[in-house]
Amino acid sequence: MADVMTRLEPDTRAVARGLSDMTIRNLFIIPTIAFLIIFNVFPLLYSLWQSFTDFRASTTAPANWIGLANYRDLLGDEFIWRNFTITAKYVLISVSGQVVVGFGLAMLLNRAIPMKGLITTLLLLPMMLSMAVVGLFWKLLYDPSFGIINYFLGLGKFEWLADPQVALFAVAIVDIWMWSPFVMLLSLAGLSAVPKHLYEAAEIDRASSLYTFFRITLPLVAPILMIAIIFRTMEAFKTFDHAYILSSQPTTELIAIRLYKMAFLEWQTGMSSAFAYIVLIMVVAITNIYVKYLNRAKAR
Amino acid sequence: MAEVKTTREVVMNRAAIAAVFVALIVMLTPIYWIASTAFKPRSLATTAPPTVFFEPTLTPFAKLFVRRSQMREPVDQETYDAAPWWEQLIYDDGESVVRNRRSGEITPSGYWDRYKNSLIISIISTFLAVSMGTLTAYGFSRFKVKGENDWLFFILSTRMLPPVVVAIPMFLMYRAVGLHDTHLGLIILYTAFNLSFSVWIMKGFIDEIPREYEEAALVDGYTRLQAFIKIVLPEALTGIAATAVFCFIIAWNEYAFALMMTNRNAQTAPPYIPSQVGSGLPDWSVIAAGAFLFLLPVAIFTFLLRNHLLRGMSFGAIRK
Repeated sequence: MADVMTRLEPDTRAVARGLSDMTIRNLFIIPTIAFLIIFNVFPLLYSLWQSFTDFRASTTAPANWIGLANYRDLLGDEFIWRNFTITAKYVLISVSGQVVVGFGLAMLLNRAIPMKGLITTLLLLPMMLSMAVVGLFWKLLYDPSFGIINYFLGLGKFEWLADPQVALFAVAIVDIWMWSPFVMLLSLAGLSAVPKHLYEAAEIDRASSLYTFFRITLPLVAPILMIAIIFRTMEAFKTFDHAYILSSQPTTELIAIRLYKMAFLEWQTGMSSAFAYIVLIMVVAITNIYVKYLNRAKAR
Repeated sequence: MAEVKTTREVVMNRAAIAAVFVALIVMLTPIYWIASTAFKPRSLATTAPPTVFFEPTLTPFAKLFVRRSQMREPVDQETYDAAPWWEQLIYDDGESVVRNRRSGEITPSGYWDRYKNSLIISIISTFLAVSMGTLTAYGFSRFKVKGENDWLFFILSTRMLPPVVVAIPMFLMYRAVGLHDTHLGLIILYTAFNLSFSVWIMKGFIDEIPREYEEAALVDGYTRLQAFIKIVLPEALTGIAATAVFCFIIAWNEYAFALMMTNRNAQTAPPYIPSQVGSGLPDWSVIAAGAFLFLLPVAIFTFLLRNHLLRGMSFGAIRK
């Protein structure tokens, strides 16, 4: 105990009894960091090594070092580029859909409405539920003959999932349904933070409601809306659950699905590790942008 | 919003409220459809056009929990009368309960095992993630840590990795040490996954507790650890509860890791429920019953969490 006490700053003398602040800090923080390094960083280093080999987890054959061959093959593979194009299209459709629906809902809700708390909570329900289980159920909703979507919209026997051109939209619609509430939640927080006197001033100036929206509402909500957009982009980029369950069309094969098939169905462990690294670099890049915005929002 | 004044504004306001109710109905219809299908007899679950009004039955729930087989000939009246109500419901649908030949005991279905696995894995991993996360959040909140922001970014970044990317090396490591398809294996993965979340959220909650409370306690002769346990923890209780519910929901809903890291023994409900819609004609009413019971706890928790949703979904960046 003695050597610990000598290291204490004078202003923390009161803590001299018991464990020192530094010991407590280390006891509280180091296990978490260590845990995350063991179960996140170490596996990633392991798979970095795998990515330079021709290892297949389904065989007992030893891994051979093949250098950058996996990366070269992947980047030269037109099918992989198709997966990236599909993912880009999917992210664009689903995130823009979520912004339009979510922000629209927030604008509608940003007023005195009876039972507003209850309504908001009910609207938020979809995003809390399991994407896999709810996504599965959309299969029944989309069914050309038994589904309620065709029934209520009067679309006859419209093929949502069997038509390769429509399937990606069908998958994106589920994502929009599920995550528009998220954009709505963040937008509502942004909208309620807009100072009321700005609207009053605009009213005195007889500004049109369109002008008020573009000159007051939108600029002030923009930072928080940006956070929602980047976060959703990041998540949409990683989409796996409901897309994998809903559709096996090649036109809906998102990056995460291709990666899963390569690793766990085709057992190309080395190749899929290289693919995972290419995806990882992209995710880290988006995460960096996200955290920058997050810190900016926190500073406000 | 400003006070409603002109007739135009009154009309606009009414239109907006009407639009909100329409949106609410559209958003909740898929959930309602799951719930209502869970109470439909098999014959009404998939009809063209869809059946909206029907007499609710508990048959799908009775079928959900036991292993069943198709009956070639109807059951004799004596056996039927002696059977409990739920077994009669199954008989009514032309199926019979599979029993052990010797002991005559019923065989539980795969669903119940998966539900139990989901409960065990979610509860234990939530406990671990929240307790470790709270301590770490306190450490970052109250003490000087060199490169604090970099460490916090590192912690957050572990959460952002796509599950498949982590799953490939983890699968090989788990297979090597025998953690593949075990409860412990998934508990570790979910703890790691939720830990970053719980550190970020708890840091927000602890930052809001005034330091003066602890400093006063320290002056009164508490040790730092006593001050943490007796002053900070009780103050942070709401935050801890909210974080725990969030972590539970995330672990409960997790699909990708469970799909890749388990087969049978430790499989949770999310990969199991969709696997029932394999080939042939799926019994959608039973699947709906399983989905309903699986979604129900989360729906209840969402109501308990309603005031913390914003903070949770934005990783503590936005508070209210």
